Amino acid sequence: MNKTFIIIGREFSTRVKKKSFLLVTLLVPILFALFYAFMMWMMLRDDDQERAIIVINESALDEPLKARHNTHFTYVEEMQESAYARVLRDYYAIVRVPATVMERPEIPVYSLSQVPVELKNDLGGQVRQEIERVKRAAVIARVQFPDLEKELDATRTPVTVRTLVVSGAGAGGEDRPAIREGSSEITSFIGMIAGIIIYIFIFGYASQVMRGVIEEKTSRVIEVLVSSVKPFQFLLGKIIGVAAVGLLQFLIWIVFGTVVILAAQAFFLPDLDLESLKQGANLTEMAAASGLDAGQLAVVQNLMKTIDLPFLLEFLGLFLFYFFGGYLLYASLFAAVGAACDSETDSQQFMMPLTIVLLAAFYIGLAAMRNPETPLAFWGSLVPFTSPIVMLVRIPFGVPAWEILASVALLVATFLFFTWLSGKIYRVGILMYGKKATWKELYKWLKY
Amino acid sequence: MSFFKAEHVVKNYANHKALDDVSISVPAGAIYGLLGPNGAGKTTLIRVINQITAPDSGELFLDGKPLAPGDACRVGYLPEERGLYKKMKTGEQAVYLARLKGIPKREAIARLKGWFEKFEIESWWDKKVEELSKGMAQKVQFITTVLHEPELLIFDEPFSGFDPINVELLKREILALRDKGSTIIFSTHNMGSVEEICTHVALIDKARKVVEGPINQVREDHANNTYRLQCRHDPGFDPGEITGDEFALLSRRVEEGRLDLVLQQTTPCPPNTLLDRVLPRVEVISYQKIIPGMHDIFIRLTTNR
Repeated sequence: MNKTFIIIGREFSTRVKKKSFLLVTLLVPILFALFYAFMMWMMLRDDDQERAIIVINESALDEPLKARHNTHFTYVEEMQESAYARVLRDYYAIVRVPATVMERPEIPVYSLSQVPVELKNDLGGQVRQEIERVKRAAVIARVQFPDLEKELDATRTPVTVRTLVVSGAGAGGEDRPAIREGSSEITSFIGMIAGIIIYIFIFGYASQVMRGVIEEKTSRVIEVLVSSVKPFQFLLGKIIGVAAVGLLQFLIWIVFGTVVILAAQAFFLPDLDLESLKQGANLTEMAAASGLDAGQLAVVQNLMKTIDLPFLLEFLGLFLFYFFGGYLLYASLFAAVGAACDSETDSQQFMMPLTIVLLAAFYIGLAAMRNPETPLAFWGSLVPFTSPIVMLVRIPFGVPAWEILASVALLVATFLFFTWLSGKIYRVGILMYGKKATWKELYKWLKY
Repeated sequence: MSFFKAEHVVKNYANHKALDDVSISVPAGAIYGLLGPNGAGKTTLIRVINQITAPDSGELFLDGKPLAPGDACRVGYLPEERGLYKKMKTGEQAVYLARLKGIPKREAIARLKGWFEKFEIESWWDKKVEELSKGMAQKVQFITTVLHEPELLIFDEPFSGFDPINVELLKREILALRDKGSTIIFSTHNMGSVEEICTHVALIDKARKVVEGPINQVREDHANNTYRLQCRHDPGFDPGEITGDEFALLSRRVEEGRLDLVLQQTTPCPPNTLLDRVLPRVEVISYQKIIPGMHDIFIRLTTNR
């Protein structure tokens, strides 16, 4: 046992001492933040291209298109089609609003290249609103009802959907189920982030184990090592050592993230009382106190209600379990792959099935985020090869306890079995030199 | 009293038999040469002794007791294919390997410093292994093999890749280890070094042990009653006069006034029969029984079958 600790120590310290560990640990969160910021920027970015558009207004509508930030409209009474090509040299597009547009709402847009979707929707929307306004005005004028316009406006009612999760066995037992408020957007987001992190961790660290095994095999240092310790003991030490590296990295990120969030809160929202916000305080009052608008506060409140402490603890616990469970399962398989190969390039053949399964898990996870109740998501969260990712995506939505238990039990049983199986392949493979093993040989090694 | 014993060891791989009922017995304090052609099963036997692979059947004893996993600390192993972690610093790595053999960290560092001084390689301590030349790395590996002062040392081709000066250094160290009480098994294709330092040998061919014993006795046993006789050349002397019925003349050569004869005894006769016949006739310069070298025995035993 003592020797296992020495091995864990070496696997851990050589990796942590590498410059690349520090670099990855620091760079990944920064890259993530940058990537996220870039995505936001891409989505929110104003379309900043200046566009001058000619409108041939043949209809009775009075200037149905109004200038919007960078888009300007010039109205003309009429234009020959033969002139279009010439005009388009100076203008981005030509919009014709036909005389019949009230009866047959259709507007042709001419341009040299396909117009962007946003512009197209904007043109359609503006003309639609104008037609609706005119039609409504006509109706109001016809029925002669006092203040109809106002009355109609008052009928517009945006509806807020509050999503509440009922769990059968709450604090109050069957009769008084626990009801928890949450936001499905935030739930999906948490699930997806957790799934992505698990996927990256399993892939990254399991392949580190494989590279380690191949390195020991090609440098032949393994023969000396296994004359001191049992191969399985050595493999175990290696897998645990690499897992410890992952755990350290993860802890650094959690601490880093918490500090950043707390710092951001103290810096941007020093006067916000999160506790009373969570209790459901009056948003308008709080908004006045903190200098935020009620809409932003509602988002924060939603976030706080969705991620409360019990949920966070349960989720973190399961996250760690699935992280290690999935990692152990794949790391032992990757180690067997490493033992069966002479070099990293050789490993492709055996890596392929594992990569496909992991990728499938990732995509089932994405699908589960959209609908966590499909049979695919259900089976995906039970089958041990995909469950670490898929189950984590589903958990924030609420999963029955028996499903979690079944999934956990299956994962434990499977990784024990595969660790044992991989141990056998590993034991033989590390001492086989000179040729790449075939599937048939792997099968034979199992029986040695 | 044998220090290490393997009895009826059998090891089968999927397609072939690597060891077929092999028994060896290594006396305490011996330098035991394990010989055999490539692919004969030497490496498998060495791996079995090191408990890297388990035999299908057969028993192994160290110092009279069945070999147990804990005995790994009493055995030192230098594999034929040398290897260290390339990216790790030399000193750090040596300490790691020593700790795996059960030496506490501080003790390991102290002993290693001593060895590094002895081999005049102190400056390598903080160098990565990949910065060392192949020979240098082998020196380091030799040190890590013997550092825990194992009672049983196993060297697989220890001299390959070394220059003559380092070969001598290594031989000296191996003999010194033997003098300190270690028992040494070593496998090699270099028959010269076998004759030079081995006290016992075993020859393995095609998964079976062909011969085993103290080296002198093995050579003695394979002497096939041939004698070399050198005498002053005398044109009047005809070797046929001395062969009689008991001897056959294998070769006859004249060089610088000397007649050089090789004769084989074909039927039993008293020890000095030949000398008795030759002494009255011609001036004898030398007479000796030909004892074959390990090289000849190796070739004879592995090609005859």
